Amino acid sequence: MNILKKIMTAIRGGTRELGESIVDSQGTRIFEQEIEDAQESLKKAKHDLTQVMAKEMQASRKVESISAEIEKNEGYVADALAKKEESLALEIATKVAELEQDKALQVDAQQSYEKHIEKLKSMMEKAERQLKDYERQLTMVKTTENVQKATAAITDNFGTTDSTLMSAKESLDRIRKKQEDFDDRNLAAEQLDAENSGKNLSDKMKQAGIGDTQSAAEAVLARLKAKAKKKA
Amino acid sequence: MALPLDILWQVPYYVIKQTTVRRKTTMNIQDYAIRISQNRTREGFTFDCQTINGEVEVLQIEINGMNGFPIFLTKTQNQIICIVYLWSEDEVKSEKRTQMLEMMLDTSISIPLSAYARVGNRFVLYGALSVNSNLDKVIEEVVTLNENAIDVVTAMEDFLK
Repeated sequence: MNILKKIMTAIRGGTRELGESIVDSQGTRIFEQEIEDAQESLKKAKHDLTQVMAKEMQASRKVESISAEIEKNEGYVADALAKKEESLALEIATKVAELEQDKALQVDAQQSYEKHIEKLKSMMEKAERQLKDYERQLTMVKTTENVQKATAAITDNFGTTDSTLMSAKESLDRIRKKQEDFDDRNLAAEQLDAENSGKNLSDKMKQAGIGDTQSAAEAVLARLKAKAKKKA
Repeated sequence: MALPLDILWQVPYYVIKQTTVRRKTTMNIQDYAIRISQNRTREGFTFDCQTINGEVEVLQIEINGMNGFPIFLTKTQNQIICIVYLWSEDEVKSEKRTQMLEMMLDTSISIPLSAYARVGNRFVLYGALSVNSNLDKVIEEVVTLNENAIDVVTAMEDFLK
């Protein structure tokens, strides 16, 4: 089932009403059930895998211990032969032959467990892929519904007159007005700064030749000159 | 059946790896409301958050000191979706509608982190993140989305009534 196709059909069929289900809830439930089943069988496969791996390791350990046993007994055969104990050597050799048979059985078992492990692992990977795919498709449905429901909640909450969901032009006007306000405030603040420092006015007055136009040094010089004139 | 201890080390690694990934807990809308409200970005942005109750929970986020659009955040099982509502179908000049749609398709990939969509009869700009995204990523998305929305509305103004 291609969910996106279903969503497209629903949209084309006019299911654009907010909050209306894109895929009927029955369909969603079936999907959820399939996911649950896949998860369950995956869980079972994992459990099986641990058991088979345990058995495989036991078999491999047995193969090792039997091999050691065989080696040891082969040594005894050599010892018996060295001591010319032919019948004893044969007896030990028989035991070795039995051990070898036993070992062959265990090796067989180990190999079959290994194959089983491979099979289980590849089954699990397949199930994981399937699960991912189900989940991805369910996500499409859920997301579509969620976004539509969210939009419904937002429009219900604010109504159409509220400024939060105003038209794009209005938003743009508001943004521009705010920007102008901000620019105006900045300009005003700069002017205020300039005026507060008194620079603005005195600069203007100086340019117009009003007020203290002379420098302090010139004033002092003029005063002293006047004083000297008086004395003389 | 009792398992030898060394098997415990080797086998369940695969199992543990799978289950811990699935069980990772994520923040709900209230957690986001609290953490985003308390956040201050390196650029000095702070946020006003308000939850909206409905059939699904939505978080309305506004960026203080930045002219723009409210951003609506909603969460699904796998995704966090941030949406800005741009304009509705009835605001579009009908003779320029096709041109506008094509322009949206042509420019969508150029817009960082956001893409166009339509929900009901409203055109939206949205960004989707994994629910495992950390807070910084969510905030980056929100700030970028707001800046993108201002650019989009300014650039697309001619298509609107």
